[in-house]
Amino acid sequence: MVTLQIDGQRVTAEPTMTVLDAARKAGVRIPTLCHREGIEPYGSCRLCTVEITEGARTALQASCCYPVKAGLVVRTDTPAVAEGRTLLFQLLLARCPGVPAVRKLAEEWGVTSTPFAPRNEDCVLCGLCVRACTQLLGSEAIAFSGRGTSRKVATPFGFPTEACLGCGACTYVCPTGRMQMEAGTVARLRRRVAAARKCRYMLMGLVSNKLCPNNYECRACTFDQAAEFRFGTHPAFVLAAARR
Amino acid sequence: MNAQSIIASADALQSWKEAGLRTISPEGPKVTVGMATCGLATGAQAVFDALSEELSKASCDAILARTGCIGFCQMEPIVEVFRPGKPRVLYGQLNADNARQLASDIVAGRANGPLAMCTVDGFPEPGPAPAIEGIPRLEELPFYRQQKKIVLARCGRIDPESLAEYIATGGYFTLWQALQGMKPDAIIGEVERSGLRGRGGAGFPTGRKWRFARNAAGDQKFVVCNADEGDPGAYMDRSLLEGDPFAVLEGMTLGAYAIGATQGFLYVRDEYPLAVERLRRAIRLAREHGLLGQGVMGTDLCFDVRLIRGGGAFVCGEETALIASVEGRPGEPRQRPPFPAEKGLWGKPTNINNVETWANVPWILSHGADDFRRIGTPTSKGTKVFSVVGKINNTGLIEVPMGITLREVVYSIGGGIPGDKKFKAIQTGGPSGGCIPAALLDLPVDYESLTQAGAIMGSGGMIVMDEDTCMVDVARYFLDFLREESCGKCSPCREGIARALDILERICRGEGRGGDLETLEAIGRMMKGFSLCALGTTAPNPILSTLKYFRSEYEAHIRDGRCPARVCRALLHFRVDPDKCIGCTLCATACPEHAIRGEKKKPHTIDEPRCVKCGMCHDVCKQDAILKE
Repeated sequence: MVTLQIDGQRVTAEPTMTVLDAARKAGVRIPTLCHREGIEPYGSCRLCTVEITEGARTALQASCCYPVKAGLVVRTDTPAVAEGRTLLFQLLLARCPGVPAVRKLAEEWGVTSTPFAPRNEDCVLCGLCVRACTQLLGSEAIAFSGRGTSRKVATPFGFPTEACLGCGACTYVCPTGRMQMEAGTVARLRRRVAAARKCRYMLMGLVSNKLCPNNYECRACTFDQAAEFRFGTHPAFVLAAARR
Repeated sequence: MNAQSIIASADALQSWKEAGLRTISPEGPKVTVGMATCGLATGAQAVFDALSEELSKASCDAILARTGCIGFCQMEPIVEVFRPGKPRVLYGQLNADNARQLASDIVAGRANGPLAMCTVDGFPEPGPAPAIEGIPRLEELPFYRQQKKIVLARCGRIDPESLAEYIATGGYFTLWQALQGMKPDAIIGEVERSGLRGRGGAGFPTGRKWRFARNAAGDQKFVVCNADEGDPGAYMDRSLLEGDPFAVLEGMTLGAYAIGATQGFLYVRDEYPLAVERLRRAIRLAREHGLLGQGVMGTDLCFDVRLIRGGGAFVCGEETALIASVEGRPGEPRQRPPFPAEKGLWGKPTNINNVETWANVPWILSHGADDFRRIGTPTSKGTKVFSVVGKINNTGLIEVPMGITLREVVYSIGGGIPGDKKFKAIQTGGPSGGCIPAALLDLPVDYESLTQAGAIMGSGGMIVMDEDTCMVDVARYFLDFLREESCGKCSPCREGIARALDILERICRGEGRGGDLETLEAIGRMMKGFSLCALGTTAPNPILSTLKYFRSEYEAHIRDGRCPARVCRALLHFRVDPDKCIGCTLCATACPEHAIRGEKKKPHTIDEPRCVKCGMCHDVCKQDAILKE
């Protein structure tokens, strides 16, 4: 266990934790959009930026990617952090003015309007869907394409891809509701016949043999509901443990 | 592989050296054409062909050779003529025609026509060359007087494709001696003591970086040469790789030995085809002669280098993005720590240095850290290579001791601003750098001073701007470049650049609003602290530095709707001065929109609504009667 200081509080944390983990464990609020338990941190939304002093060096750092170390002094409420966070919320609000998750999070942090012209995007490019697909499923059905302002989440070359199992993990983790990948794949699965109509749990490798009796109406499927109830989360998150 | 060809003894090195000296100073005359990319772009190939044709026509036994870039871009194509027993003479600004003349002079043994630029010392022999009346020596030219060549010493002097000439000029002796008698720790100690700092921009102490990589736990370690030079107007790495590729390889081999790495990667952007070709050749030659591969120079050291061609993304110059790109993933940075010294390529300890940093290493180890420390300032040691471009008389690639002032670079070496215009600003460090105004011209060039002034050392691009440059437009230009090049991974950089660019474009269109400047500053502050990588944290520099030093220009755009430098087209008005106009009709003919009317020999007028403000009329008018305001 290591001990560090967060906003004046002494906090003990596991050595494998990040500063964000430690802060949340200690009840210190830090906003995040691209972070989710069970998916590797990525550091793209930067809303979790805090001020970290390590020895003689003080710098702004993204807490979701910063490993804890004994003696770190973390402050989440300095003027620089607060000013930058507010501006970042304004920029994200301007990008996605219609996305409830962004609005709600911004409001929680006191940002209700933005001086920038709305762009009406529905994706914040947090990359959760991409990471869920590659890290949890190993599928790589989606990835980022393009660079800078033309960056977007897409399938290879923008075509429907066989690599998508239709598991719905991307839709499940998407904070904005933009990710609807599943739908296209479900249509493709529905065109299959008889023994090829494998249940998506079988495609994911969670059950060894199960065909779909339900025309891929997964949300109405009792098996699906039972599984999600049992795991308490999307099955993709227990995949690694189940495969082991 | 022929065992004979392996260089694994001092004797072997010595015989290579002698062979190299024979080609550098042959028994007959030798004509060397500077044929790096810059030379080729100004027509060195035509000069080479003309010389070759004339010399063979006259069945002259002169040897015709190629070399890299000697740095004086303004005078390219440059040719060096060597006659045994006579001083070497450099000829500048040749073309196919005067090259023929030069060839016939050489054949006839006539010396030194009007094209002679200077005499130059033999390389590698020391000592001043005997002077020739009426021709200055190279060191006397203002462009060269204050330069100090360490890493560029061989550029433009030796055949970059010849291993023998590299060895003849001292190359690989350092590696040989290091492998014979120096412990890796001693090498790192020497580099640490030299005070060498990373030449790629951030200026991290190289020795300390090496020590981190050496001390990092790992069975496999890597060294990487970052040659992903992408700043507009910068070509230091390209010239170095084209002019002296073996020095970089030797530096990397020394570094690998010191760190304990067995594999190196050279990440070169594919836009540098000649550099790629020269490196390929150099790597092949080094492998053939036992300077790379299993058992380097007959010792136990195993080290090989792989050339990786980058796709030209600016962000891949950032080390974690470079690592991703080498691994075959999209070139996007990741959060540090862990630093590459701990977890780099494929999670293994990796040391990444810039081309120029690597090229400094053999010199430091052969001359000693003390000699290196003697050059420069207390915190920035050694020399730095800069490409000085823009509104300057002597465009070129220069190597100067750290601590030289910007004034010396611009006025002594650069020869001032063309057309007697007023100096306005110098932009250092590429798109991530800042603009330094005339008031700070006496600033010494070192890492700390430049950072303090709001710019950065960067990899060494320097763009000189004169009074006709609009600083708002400059900031807009660099932000536009960065918008193209931001990878888009983190939101401060992606969204921040796009919004700041929106505002700048608005100001340039004359639609600036009160509060815009404060918003720009707030975005800049946020990006500096919140962005993921150095591209994002330095991206606001062009805005913040121009706002700091040229705020009144921004205000003129916003408040008065006026562009003081008369660059921003939306704010320009063209008018004919009726007193000066003689009615020559040149402007009316040139106008693409037929917006200029008037009778012959009578003052013309511009129909403002039709005018697209292209400036053609202004450029063609011989009477200066078109007023741009």
